[in-house]
Amino acid sequence: MSTDTLTDATRADVCVAAVADCFRGDGEIIGSPMGTIPTIGARLARATFEPDLMLSNGESYFFEGDARLGAKPDEFAVVGWIPYRQVLDVLASGRRHVMMGPVQIDAHGNANISAIGDWARPKRQVLGSRGGPGNTINHTTSYWIPKHSARVLTPKVDMVSCVGYDRAAATGSAGRFHEIRRVVTNLCVLDFETDTKVMRLRSVHPGVSVDEVVEATGFELVVPAEVPTSRVPSDEELRIVREVLDPRGMRLREVPA
Amino acid sequence: MADKRMTPDQVVARLSDGMTVGIGGWGSRRKPMALVRAILRSDLKDLTIVSYGGPDVGLLARAGKARKLVYAFVSLDSIPLEPNFRHVRENGLVEAVEYDEGMFLTGLRAAAQRLPFLPTRAGLGSDILTVSPHLKTIESPYDDETLVAMPALNLDVALIHANVADERGNAALTGPDQFMDDLFCLAAEKAYVSAERVVPSEELLKAAGCVHTLTVHRYMTHGVVEAPNGAHFTECPPEYGRDEAFQKAYATAAADPEAWAAFEQRFLKVESEAAYQAAVAEFAKENAK
Repeated sequence: MSTDTLTDATRADVCVAAVADCFRGDGEIIGSPMGTIPTIGARLARATFEPDLMLSNGESYFFEGDARLGAKPDEFAVVGWIPYRQVLDVLASGRRHVMMGPVQIDAHGNANISAIGDWARPKRQVLGSRGGPGNTINHTTSYWIPKHSARVLTPKVDMVSCVGYDRAAATGSAGRFHEIRRVVTNLCVLDFETDTKVMRLRSVHPGVSVDEVVEATGFELVVPAEVPTSRVPSDEELRIVREVLDPRGMRLREVPA
Repeated sequence: MADKRMTPDQVVARLSDGMTVGIGGWGSRRKPMALVRAILRSDLKDLTIVSYGGPDVGLLARAGKARKLVYAFVSLDSIPLEPNFRHVRENGLVEAVEYDEGMFLTGLRAAAQRLPFLPTRAGLGSDILTVSPHLKTIESPYDDETLVAMPALNLDVALIHANVADERGNAALTGPDQFMDDLFCLAAEKAYVSAERVVPSEELLKAAGCVHTLTVHRYMTHGVVEAPNGAHFTECPPEYGRDEAFQKAYATAAADPEAWAAFEQRFLKVESEAAYQAAVAEFAKENAK
């Protein structure tokens, strides 16, 4: 019942499906989602069209099956041990697709998770660059932005923790494994499928206008003449998300209806 | 047979001003907090702290023990941002060196292998190289690839916390992640391990549960400290989880100068680890009401 689905699906559900689509075609590699909606989305991808994706509980356990958000290791089938040291080794082999949450990102996909303002004495210290530099130069990366705004999507990031297309190209052959696949936000889906590798508006979520996205973006996006609407998850996808992966509705806290 | 048992204060007596100290664990997980607290009680200063950072980094920096921080991140995990780390960075109170997590691991490996550097792709294209001009790249002698020459993270001292140890300095890390603790020890001139329990060697394997957990060996370690609840308030699975209520109290206090002074007075400016544990027990009792 596609009509039912259209009225049923929340913005958060659309975001979950858009995240899931980022992992489409990845096959037997590690999906590493950071955060609530990325985790639900990656698990949805595996539950439906990407069954070979390997997922961990975010700590040290690879598991099989469809685990509820926040499930403990004794609630799922543990099939592998993936401590941080091994993550850092495997990521250099390229067999991983990470989805991170930037505090700033520019038109080329350079992203900051380290500090706002002058790095030497920041206005606001955040996490530090974590694994961002190594992730982005070694394997596929996507981003999740729960609050699309010109402060996050900004002309210039204060610290490049995560490498964008222009920076990767400047590294020469070392940049050959770099790919930023997509940026999913609460308003739209963005990608870099342009000749110049500049961020492009791929689709707007149902109920969001192109103008709204352009307004909330701090740099000039590539906007095609026709911008499609982001897909609405199927009834089966909605059932999996609501009944299996996120019965407590944590996704709605990240993106309110 | 050397009995390497000592107290936290005896470990600290072997440290000196200006040393480079590596700290095991990760974020707010299995940190050698009893040893960190002993440093806080001492008059040590000008330390360089090398850590996958959590409250160890926040506490040592806020107390003015650290002149320089070497990290890839500093986080309390369930509370993403470490408030004391924020305080010292935003007020320009410490020198900082930020690496990628993988670069950091590569640096520990180089130090453990007594190499000046090891090549890695991580860091290329990022501002890690911009904000740390001491970092250099190297041309591959085999093809046209340019890589980062990650310098060895040589440590004077490493401090780690284990689940169980014997009196000679063998130790087991029995939780789901052993992090880089053995590499911290190998990268250091001297390493000290605190443990929830110290048992006779004959009982170590049984206490550890599995030989794969016995990854800290006595050729790596120079002192063993029995420190029950010694990782508090960070987690030390399977013995105990993170003390979330206490961590929240820590983070809340750190954001306000007056509240921080009171927190320090109550929990940190106490005479011993035992006095700290007593104050924590009192806090838990109040919290349970």
